Amino acid sequence: MLFANTFQRTHNPHQQNTRSFWRYIHIDMYLFLAIVLLTIMGLVILYSASSQNSSMLQQQVLHIGAAFAVMLLFAQIPPLIYQRWAVWLYGIGIILLLSVLFFGHTGKGAERWLNLGILRFQPSEIMKLALPLFLASYFHKMHLPLNNQCIIAAIAIILVPALLVIKQPDQSTAALLIIAGGSVLFLAGLSWRLLSSLFGLAMLCAPLAWYFMHDYQRQRLLTFLNPERDPLNKSYHIIQSKIAIGSGGFFGKGWLNGTQSHLHFLPEHSTDFIFAVLGEEFGFIGAIILISVFMIIILRGLYITIHAQDTFSRLIAGSLTLTFFFSFFINMGMVTGILPVMGVPLPLVSYGGSSMITLMAGFGILMSIQTHRKLLTT
Amino acid sequence: MQKRIAIKNHLQEIQLTAHRCVAMLIIMLILIALLITRLGFLQLTKHDLYTTLSKKNWLDLIPTEPTRGLIYDRNGVLLAENIPVFSLDIIPEKNKNISQVLTDIGKIIPLNDTEIAQFQKELKQHRRFDEIPLKLRLTEAEVARFYENQYRFPSALIKARLIRHYPLGATFSHVLGYVGRINLEELKVIDPSNYSATNYIGKIGIEKFYEDDLHGTVGYQQAETDASGQPVRILKQIKPLPGKSLYLTLDSRLQLIAEQALQGQSGAVVVIQPATGQILAMVSEPTFDPNLFVAGISSQDFQQLQQAPNKPLYNRTLRGLYPLASTIKPYIALQGLDSGNTTPDFTIFDPGWYQLPNKEHQYHDWKFHGHGTVNLNHALTSSCDTYFFALGHKMGIHLIDDILDRFGFGELTGIDMGEEVPGIIASPSWKRRAKGTGWYEGDTINSSIGQGFMQGTPLQFAQGIATMANRGKRFAPHLLLTEQDAGKPPQPQSATELEPVNLNNNDNWKIVIAALQNVFISNQGTGYAHYGHDMPYTIAGKTGTAQVYSIKHRDEDGKSEKQDKLPEGLRDHSLFVAFAPVDNPQIAIAVIAEHSTSAPAIARKILDYYLIGPAPIKVVPSTKEEDTKNAIR
Repeated sequence: MLFANTFQRTHNPHQQNTRSFWRYIHIDMYLFLAIVLLTIMGLVILYSASSQNSSMLQQQVLHIGAAFAVMLLFAQIPPLIYQRWAVWLYGIGIILLLSVLFFGHTGKGAERWLNLGILRFQPSEIMKLALPLFLASYFHKMHLPLNNQCIIAAIAIILVPALLVIKQPDQSTAALLIIAGGSVLFLAGLSWRLLSSLFGLAMLCAPLAWYFMHDYQRQRLLTFLNPERDPLNKSYHIIQSKIAIGSGGFFGKGWLNGTQSHLHFLPEHSTDFIFAVLGEEFGFIGAIILISVFMIIILRGLYITIHAQDTFSRLIAGSLTLTFFFSFFINMGMVTGILPVMGVPLPLVSYGGSSMITLMAGFGILMSIQTHRKLLTT
Repeated sequence: MQKRIAIKNHLQEIQLTAHRCVAMLIIMLILIALLITRLGFLQLTKHDLYTTLSKKNWLDLIPTEPTRGLIYDRNGVLLAENIPVFSLDIIPEKNKNISQVLTDIGKIIPLNDTEIAQFQKELKQHRRFDEIPLKLRLTEAEVARFYENQYRFPSALIKARLIRHYPLGATFSHVLGYVGRINLEELKVIDPSNYSATNYIGKIGIEKFYEDDLHGTVGYQQAETDASGQPVRILKQIKPLPGKSLYLTLDSRLQLIAEQALQGQSGAVVVIQPATGQILAMVSEPTFDPNLFVAGISSQDFQQLQQAPNKPLYNRTLRGLYPLASTIKPYIALQGLDSGNTTPDFTIFDPGWYQLPNKEHQYHDWKFHGHGTVNLNHALTSSCDTYFFALGHKMGIHLIDDILDRFGFGELTGIDMGEEVPGIIASPSWKRRAKGTGWYEGDTINSSIGQGFMQGTPLQFAQGIATMANRGKRFAPHLLLTEQDAGKPPQPQSATELEPVNLNNNDNWKIVIAALQNVFISNQGTGYAHYGHDMPYTIAGKTGTAQVYSIKHRDEDGKSEKQDKLPEGLRDHSLFVAFAPVDNPQIAIAVIAEHSTSAPAIARKILDYYLIGPAPIKVVPSTKEEDTKNAIR
């Protein structure tokens, strides 16, 4: 490394200087700047969405600060360590999920929280990272494309935590877990034929899922199918959200001028529905800019994936990128009414610390993969 | 071996992942395109729809009630005002179980049965989302108690509101009328936007007639409301235009004096300023407290008022129909002179009765032994029936009807209050229509002394005598002196002149008026008893007695004693019309005292007050029996 720096300095001293700094602290500059940009945009929207509640904003700044610290920390750990410890992380995650079932703290009608005295946290958040890490490390040892035995084992590895999370019940996190695990499988080269048959099987099981659903989830689904069903209760969220976005128009009503959120017509405007606030106040332009920043992160993630040096790194980088994409797509889809309402926050923008720390830890792993590459390959 | 395969696989795996990444990227781009299409649909295609929906969400047009105009008398004495009260209101649409709410509220704020019954009544005919007052005029303690418990009653609220109040209460109830809550029938007539914030409307009297002026124009507040419908801030407001204040022609002191003079007796007093037609006092007794109606009268109270035998709700001044009785005589005398059917010097001999040529039936004079030889002046002064029987017969009914018509009888006076009835001028064609029988000569005889079918209202009596005072000039009687828009100078209302009574010879006014003045000066005069001794002003007028119960055969003792024997409800009404002073008439008055003989005495008190001032009124006690008898004619 030292050699490389000395060698490259002769070509473009200034550029190499900065690059070496980022590399030294194991941060990917592009990803980092895009994330900073996104969090700043998030704070701007949150300030308005929270009706200029500065204490809420301070809290969110603390969340972001903590999340960046976690990211920095995770970026320092070489990918090999993740690969080695993934199985333990997964094991601990499963134990914690089981303990939630028995000692969990109920919040909003679902047992998701584990109370550790001063800290309350959701073990399912750990699983969001532990599951793809474990799968990737598992596949790393296998030959790709995978054989059937491997696939069955992988499905089991995905379904165990997913079912435990469903039991909490937290379907949206379970869905994200399945996406995280599934994306590893997909990147590992699961054949298209198998993919489509698995997809078909899932469709067949969908009616069965109805029986396992909680009442509120059934209502959400019915509402999605027919939004005008019950405008004052069940469909209220989505109708108000569409009004907020639609009334924003091309340029939006202007920052702090959104009537839908400021007058509390829009529910959960600081958390799950924060994208509607953006749509109302910054319009179509604002939404496009936000989506673009998300896509910059996605593209950088894919770049890191393709340039990763080993199978584990590729699989985990790809999985983290895909999961990030799906969590923001599901949120935007839900807020704009093309997906049923489920409790998925807009990553890095919605108010809340728990999911942000997990996401940033994921970005830390991505950066670790990018910055711990052997220089020969660059 | 394994290592070798791993290295081989390594390149293949790179390729595989790269392919998958590209596939993933394509899927992601498709999904993003879908998302952007959706955003475009919502924000560009359907933008207008959602803007409308958004505005509907947060913009609320809240109407604000204009302050109702005040009503003053001619001297600026307040007759109708708006006083602030705290009321407990219920919005029925916010709670399905109203009776439960009433029970629960009753535990905090005592409600009586009347309030509950009144509430239930209004519940049936209220406008949607209208607040119905459950209890008006809460005490401070009740307000405080309610606020402590307000969270339990989302459908109830305390409202500070202005309600109509009539400080002089019953004295002006018939003239002013009152306001009450808008009912379903009125809802169909009123302008729904102008009344969108208004709960009360004039029901009767001036309050009803001048409703449009008093009401004002509704204002609006464009308010930003939050999701719970509570206004957050006012964006724009159009202030309501308060209603116009009305200054009435009435003199509240005179009105009070007139009310006191009637002393609770059923009857009516109308006082007019002859030169303008302005009504100075208009009293109908008995009366009622209009404030009862504002808060919503209980059905018990209402029934009591409605079923009372002396009919307090009945406005006698405009709707009471009384025979003109002897007060018809001045008009007939005037017509007799002007049509050449009589002269001031023409005399008849009155034996106490009149007989039509070739008929046997005798028409008795009120004075059993007759008045002897009488000319026109004497006939009017002592109210000689026989003279007018003969004159009426000679003139015929058409000339009688003609003069009554010209003086405004038998038709609406057009007073700015509505409600009045036209009365009746009896004619052959009227009789055929109303009674289905032909006109007899006897009908003309009876009409000549105002005892037949002729009927008029006290207002018409007053207007008639005012016209006499004006020597034929007529003005529409009216109650509105000036109107005043808030912050603007008052706009005086000019008097409306009606078609005057024109005579062929204007000297005839003098002859008749001199006779009417003699009524009070001559000791033969029927007004002498109450006026003759110490009149500080000149006066011309006529007394009358309207028969309620026809006495076929009169005995020698005279009528008054006979009347005493009758039950009160069948006794004759006492009528009195006059104006004063004679040469410069400032006041014309008509008094009806039902089942009584006291109309002249009542009028004296009012005239004295108006013409002399508020000095203690000295009523001269009548000493002679003859005077008493005269006084009632």
